[in-house]
Amino acid sequence: MLTREQWTEKFVEVIAHASSQLPPDVLEALKRGRDAEEPGSLAAKALDSILTNVEMAKGNWQPICQDTGTPLVWIHHPVGMSTRMLTAAFEEAVRQATAKQLLRPNAVDTLTDKNTGHGQGPGIPTVHCEEWDSPDAEVRVILKGGGCENCGAQYSLPNAKLKADRNLDGVRRCILDAIAQAQGKGCAPGIIGACFGGDRGSGFVESKRQLLRRLDDHNPVPELDTMERDVLDQGNQLGIGPMGFGGKTTVLGVKVGNLARLPASYFVSVSYMCWANRRAGARITPKGEVQWLN
Amino acid sequence: MAKLTLPCDEATIRKLKVGDFLELSGRVITGRDSAHHWLIHDFRKEVAPFLKDSVIYHVGPVVKKHEDGHYTFVAAGPTTSAREEPYQADVIGKYGLRGVIGKGGMGTKTLEGLEKYGAVYLHAVGGTAQVLAEAIKEVQQVFQLAEFGVPEALWVIRVENFPVVVTMDSHGNSLHAEVEKSSKAKLEQLLGLTS
Ligand code: SF4
Repeated sequence: MLTREQWTEKFVEVIAHASSQLPPDVLEALKRGRDAEEPGSLAAKALDSILTNVEMAKGNWQPICQDTGTPLVWIHHPVGMSTRMLTAAFEEAVRQATAKQLLRPNAVDTLTDKNTGHGQGPGIPTVHCEEWDSPDAEVRVILKGGGCENCGAQYSLPNAKLKADRNLDGVRRCILDAIAQAQGKGCAPGIIGACFGGDRGSGFVESKRQLLRRLDDHNPVPELDTMERDVLDQGNQLGIGPMGFGGKTTVLGVKVGNLARLPASYFVSVSYMCWANRRAGARITPKGEVQWLN
Repeated sequence: MAKLTLPCDEATIRKLKVGDFLELSGRVITGRDSAHHWLIHDFRKEVAPFLKDSVIYHVGPVVKKHEDGHYTFVAAGPTTSAREEPYQADVIGKYGLRGVIGKGGMGTKTLEGLEKYGAVYLHAVGGTAQVLAEAIKEVQQVFQLAEFGVPEALWVIRVENFPVVVTMDSHGNSLHAEVEKSSKAKLEQLLGLTS
């Protein structure tokens, strides 16, 4: 069993990975996007810059983007482990990673408007713990920047303006609208995490959890798998392009989950993640051996 | 690829068009939310010479302070410019700025300001903090560091071949407005909303 200090050390490692090493599936999607754009176009140049940046960050273990965002973490832990200890260890990891410049001091006290200086404050980071049967723990981190977080949207169906009823077609309409509203502002090409159902809070949490998925995976629910493909294709037809410069690459992936809802409510919650989809995962054995997950 | 040396005069800026890809070299000043409030509330004569005929960069950098006291930028990509929309045109007019570097574009008030005063909006690629930090060769001076903190302070920097795209020019053209218009028309078509 690891001590709290040892957990902190492991978490700092995972944060360092997330901040500087872009996952391979995202890199592949960016390259495919660059190859699809007109050579010499603004879109192609923007993607070239992005690809160079990804390589530089990787080689130097430096932050991919200076906005290292809100650290979000999902921890699966063995039976009986203290979630209070894990949460405290992760918060400490954020402070240490900030001191090491792996993260930017990114937490502002909302009453005094002063930066806390160490990257942590109430609600930052957000830690989700869930018990499971394995003796190992699994840690999955996302660093979600402010520019893209500001592009998130929530819809309450039916929505007359979008002709969106309370069904899968209605969900599709909302997600496409969210992509169009975001334009390039969330540092397109983006990745969409969406959830239909739930309440206003749980829907957004689930939409973010969808961002943990690899871009090249398949949704196990056939209807949702089809929707993900359709929205990806139609989102790219909008022509917004990288940074909103115009072009074919507007979204790199669309991931949709669902939760139960109240009879009275039907929410569609959409989270926009920038191209800098900083996602890292590790499986950690009771002895502290780390296996990296993509 | 065209080169632009800063500071520069109005005639040079008026020649630039939406879609031009530029490499900037010379002196630039950084500033975001706190800086814009501060610049607007009084005439800040100590920084005015650094703004005149130069450009302001919307960025909240990660900065390293070295043992001998000098600073370098570790990561420095653009931040969302839209937040400065209420102030930008006035800051441009008041201090004689020739442009703004940021991301996401700005609105009609700024576009009108660019036309009136002879300035441009230069879009850097969002998230490319490492590429852009490498083009920042020197930190020359800093204002309001204690008051605003590292990301919000006004840093006077020297850049070399700093890559940007003109997305709003001084003739009333905005790539953002164009893309928004065409993408929203496409959305309406995809959703069958066109009447
Ligand atoms: S939205 Fe853009 S600036 Fe913000 S974290 Fe993502 S890449 Fe960086």
